[in-house]
Amino acid sequence: MPSAELAGQQTPSVTHAFACKDLIGIEPLSVADITAILDTAVSFRRVSERPIKKVPALRGKTVVCLFFEPSTRTRTSFEIAGKRLSADVQSISAATSSVVKGETLFDTARNIEAMHPDLLVLRHSSAGAAKLLAKHCSAAVINAGDGAHEHPTQALLDALTIRDHKQTFEGLRVAIVGDIAHSRVARSNILCLSKLGVQVVLGAPPTLLPAGIEDLQDGLEVHHRLEPAIEGADVVMMLRIQVERGGSMNIPSRAEYARLYGLNATRLALAKPDAIVMHPGPMNRGVEITSEIADGPRSVILEQVANGLAVRMAALYLLCGGNPAHVDTAA
Amino acid sequence: MSTLLLEGGRLVDPVNDRDEVVDLLIVDGRVAEIGGALTAPEGTESVDVSGKLVTPGFIDMHVHLREPGREDKETVATGTRAAAAGGFTGIACMPNTNPVNDHRAVTQLVIERARQEGVVPVYPIGAVSAGQKGEALAEIGDLVDAGCVAVSDDGYPVATSQLMRKALEYTGIFGIPVIDHCEDCSMTVGASMHEGSVATALGVRGWPSASEEIVVARDLMLAELTAGKLHLAHMSTAGSMRLIRDAKARGLRVTCEVMPHHFALTHEACREYDTNTKMNPPLRSEDDRQALLEAIADGTVDVIATDHAPHHADEKALEFDRAPFGIVGLETAVPLVCTHLLSEHIGVRRMVELLAVNPARVLGLDRSDNGAGGFPRGLGDLAVGRRANVTVIDLEAHRTVDASKFESLSRNTPFDGVELTGWPTLTVVDGEIVWRHSPEPTSR
Repeated sequence: MPSAELAGQQTPSVTHAFACKDLIGIEPLSVADITAILDTAVSFRRVSERPIKKVPALRGKTVVCLFFEPSTRTRTSFEIAGKRLSADVQSISAATSSVVKGETLFDTARNIEAMHPDLLVLRHSSAGAAKLLAKHCSAAVINAGDGAHEHPTQALLDALTIRDHKQTFEGLRVAIVGDIAHSRVARSNILCLSKLGVQVVLGAPPTLLPAGIEDLQDGLEVHHRLEPAIEGADVVMMLRIQVERGGSMNIPSRAEYARLYGLNATRLALAKPDAIVMHPGPMNRGVEITSEIADGPRSVILEQVANGLAVRMAALYLLCGGNPAHVDTAA
Repeated sequence: MSTLLLEGGRLVDPVNDRDEVVDLLIVDGRVAEIGGALTAPEGTESVDVSGKLVTPGFIDMHVHLREPGREDKETVATGTRAAAAGGFTGIACMPNTNPVNDHRAVTQLVIERARQEGVVPVYPIGAVSAGQKGEALAEIGDLVDAGCVAVSDDGYPVATSQLMRKALEYTGIFGIPVIDHCEDCSMTVGASMHEGSVATALGVRGWPSASEEIVVARDLMLAELTAGKLHLAHMSTAGSMRLIRDAKARGLRVTCEVMPHHFALTHEACREYDTNTKMNPPLRSEDDRQALLEAIADGTVDVIATDHAPHHADEKALEFDRAPFGIVGLETAVPLVCTHLLSEHIGVRRMVELLAVNPARVLGLDRSDNGAGGFPRGLGDLAVGRRANVTVIDLEAHRTVDASKFESLSRNTPFDGVELTGWPTLTVVDGEIVWRHSPEPTSR
């Protein structure tokens, strides 16, 4: 049952050959690479809408998900993505791995490599871990978040969600508000959206802005208050804030953060009337975002999750050698 | 009677204001005669060093030997071989071993090992505080008597202002310097590199120059209060240079050292998460690098040392934030100095001051033996009658750093595969050739 989007037969929407071995970050990707992944994701999106949610695209391929840091959403998303493409998916989490026995990432990688997987998905608390893994493995590596470095599939799913709503990226203002310092989501989004022609605007207390952030991207706008950051924005992206009980040196308390940086209806009114609201999750309701907004008509938070699955299917497919011009979504 | 004749080299000896092409005759470990066309006694080994630089032996005053405790990374034997191969005729080793060198027994062990297996003299540096815990003073008098030439809690800063004050006062009894590693540790928790645009792009936690400068400023104030002898280790920032320059202008008794990696590289080198670019203090910005170069040229910097910090390859093959800090430096320091500093920033005379004269003076090794334990002293110049510790350098030699050929047990260097110009060819300790570059035709 060939899909209407079985490209290459009638109207190939994607013609860019995807030549990357790994997906470590947005940083090395071209606009054509990004577009190829988004377009491929669109083709795969309808697989998840069918009664039989499975295509044989990656039959016989082995995907190993290495999660050395807790994650529910991203891990589940990758596992389901692999299974919908008929790959054999195996997940390993830190609690059950040899890491707790003192094995290094290097040795874990070599051992898994000996089992000839086709693709490794890595979530790790150390920045650069995915790059280290890719250096030692011939299998393709997808970075599912490395420390405060990058989380490329999150930025890609965010871009897809924005494109769904705004059709184009040129001229958009996207505000990213919250803990920029510790956020790999922020870094990947700044890079990805800027490449696509978006004006990215950051809003964060100075204690949560990393030094030299303005050097990350030409033209980046940085504000220390929420209001000027979201004023006139087409998209407002709120980041999860982590505040220990009793406060920290970055933020005095969750309550004060909510007062100064929490997104509520009054503040959202500063953005464009058709602005959408995004959050990579998991949310602290009542802290960085009120439930009224999170569950309101302008929230696209659950669409982000759905697009996450499609983007990860696309990434797995392309890195396993799939041709973006011939996305086979036949069941 | 053992004799050695170094023929036709350019002898640069700043202390004796000498820079000329001469022969140098060494008899029984001492400089016997300097002059043109010397005739050596029968049986003298002659080495043709024409076209080469002949200088008082270089001293690296900041080395981490891992003995006792981590002999898999470095021993006294391998560390001193690395020193000799790097053109150093003596080294001072930091006390952060296991156990810490906070007691005479450890000092004696290191010196004894060096006497038995070492290739160049080792001058131990004792701990400031017992166990380097930053609380009580170590028995510094006993350490000095056993052969320690300075005290430091290196690896860590001297923990509190009060301890630093007392250390500067107490060491006045012995005339030895307190060497401080300047880091405000409250600002460096979990950090792996210099704070700035590169750390931010990499997602690695950084620490700012201010965390070094705060402690530099503290130490300078305490040096002023106590009139103690302060030496600031591995300075890495423009702000530190400003503080030290001002302090010297006001007549404060302070000296400082800079490492080759800090004037040769910047934090840009960390882009690939290479753990051999991770050290403490970290590689800084280009502005900092330029400020160090200026301070080396204008005399603010007294000493170039290496902070030779061997780590096993297994430990460095980790995620960037989990790998230990430090790189080896003994076998690359001299060519890095020649390549990055000579001609453009400093002349040969200043180079010899930075690598031989000043380290000897800071550690009191220029004075003749003072009766304390350890290796003989009286270093830093080559007047007739002085100890014949000599470094010979071929300023024209181009070679590529090959870490696999290091004498050091460890290979953790960011300079592997880099071509450098100006390499040591001969290292002489007390008139004995302890190392010579092998392809070099040195005798006839």
